Amino acid sequence: MSTSPLLEVDHVSKDYARGGLLSRHRLRAVDDVSFTLEAGRAEIFSIIGESGSGKSTLAGMILNVVTPTAGHLRFEGTDLAQIRGRDAHRRFMARVQPIFQNPFESFNPLKQLDHYLFITARRFVGADEAQAQRLADEALVKVGLSLAEVRGRFPHELSGGQLQRVAVARALIPSPALIVADEPVSMVDASLRMAIVNLFKTLRDELGIAIVYITHDLATAYYISDRIAIMQRGRVVESGDARRVLADPQHPYSRQLKGAVLQPAPGA
Amino acid sequence: MSPEPVLSVRGLRAYYRTRHFGVEREVRAVDGVDFDVERNQIYGLAGESSSGKTTLIKVIAAALKPPLQVVAGRIDFAFAPNLLSLDADALAKVRWKHLSYIVQGSMSTLNPVRRIRESFVDFAARHLALPRAAFERAVAEHLQRVQLDPAIVRAYPHELSGGMRQRVTIALATICRPEFIVADEPTTALDVVVQKEVLDMMRSIQRGIGSSVLLVTHDLGVHAHLADKLGIMYAGRLVEEGPTTAVFAQPRHPYTAHLIASLPRIGDAAQRQPLEGNPPNLAAPPPGCRFHPRCPLAMDVCKREVPPMTSLGSGHRVACFAVNPA
Repeated sequence: MSTSPLLEVDHVSKDYARGGLLSRHRLRAVDDVSFTLEAGRAEIFSIIGESGSGKSTLAGMILNVVTPTAGHLRFEGTDLAQIRGRDAHRRFMARVQPIFQNPFESFNPLKQLDHYLFITARRFVGADEAQAQRLADEALVKVGLSLAEVRGRFPHELSGGQLQRVAVARALIPSPALIVADEPVSMVDASLRMAIVNLFKTLRDELGIAIVYITHDLATAYYISDRIAIMQRGRVVESGDARRVLADPQHPYSRQLKGAVLQPAPGA
Repeated sequence: MSPEPVLSVRGLRAYYRTRHFGVEREVRAVDGVDFDVERNQIYGLAGESSSGKTTLIKVIAAALKPPLQVVAGRIDFAFAPNLLSLDADALAKVRWKHLSYIVQGSMSTLNPVRRIRESFVDFAARHLALPRAAFERAVAEHLQRVQLDPAIVRAYPHELSGGMRQRVTIALATICRPEFIVADEPTTALDVVVQKEVLDMMRSIQRGIGSSVLLVTHDLGVHAHLADKLGIMYAGRLVEEGPTTAVFAQPRHPYTAHLIASLPRIGDAAQRQPLEGNPPNLAAPPPGCRFHPRCPLAMDVCKREVPPMTSLGSGHRVACFAVNPA
């Protein structure tokens, strides 16, 4: 018996109506996008696009917070549109976790970070107090931190890089199969970025977690992706093996993007 | 004899001093900075969060507000010696005609309820002092120089794209042909393709006017593309400075070296390492060299004394005991 793919994005489109109630204006934010992530073979799949490319809308549909106008999204064989009821939603959310761009917006500034992690453990794993502490500590260790460092601290007490690592730890507690990361390092200092980016590699290689990595930064996408898809105005214009596509892009837009990258080397 | 620099900063210390409920706190955001910017030069200032570069910009722009105070040092422009001693009127005369700014989030600094033409009147009419028709011609010509259709003067900011608004902001900052332009993250929020176009346009305007630019951004790719000279700030101090090609080719300070090595590049899949640790808390910075807690080359002296900026020749300076033993 063959296993269902981990994620199937099947001719998915998303339209938004512009203007007032009676307006006929439609904006097609995502236009007939399809790709599949296989089960049992974790990969990092990058979606590259500028603002207005539809990449964040696509992320929202994968996370089941945005409903497609056309097409289907299936996770482990189940159509997301069929997920009904609080329990089913919670089960899905445990398997598919988000990481967002601004770590300071991902956390309630008035909540201590360790409490956040405990609540996640209780909510998704049904852990009791002792178990929650253990799960939180394990998750933090995986991201290169520890419960001792984070205990009692509020978000503003950590740097952006540290906080984003806590966000990844939080996402790991439910033992997800897929993480959707939308510009996870663009607000993190350059010297700390590699910690998060390398961490994604570790999650794939050691924990078998697949990652949909959404970014405008071609260089980090080159560094960690297995496959990439380049989006322009809602459509995928080019996709394939990351190194191959970025070494020799075919589509004019891909070439334009690559040509505009400012390599950190004068005269490059 | 080399010509006088356009900007000379010496011994600058600027702290945020607050007192809440009897507790005094001093954040030493800029703590001893010396550098010069030459004529017709783009000087890039690189640094991450808490490097002090944003505070430095505020001080150079003479945009000081409590709790920010200059605690020591001086700033001399060729056209305005001892900038920090100028009163509001004297500053107003200097601003825009000699010294202009392209600030972070420029796109939001265009008045949303005034047409572009009116922004030009607000900013530049006084300095250009031209009769109306001549002024409008000057604006039209200048907009063409930044590759904008002069007809956009009739538009409101929200009718323009982000890239176009940024070009308007650059046009506003350069129409009076100032000798010095401070640009703070000028292209940060722009798409990659637009960013490159805007940066190239900034350089051609700068070369055309012969002005100097202090370009502040955390993005080393932007510096590699645009800066003639590069200064690296860490925790309130300059740690390395030199011609851009030299700093990239042979970074001497461990922080610079690690930073450049950690940046991913298309075409190079080799594993890269982040810097260990975190930037220091500037309310309680480490003694001696502020980088020592994260430095792979740290020695005892680094924990006690602040390494002085020492010349390596050819305009390349570095502040590090490992490079220049005490």
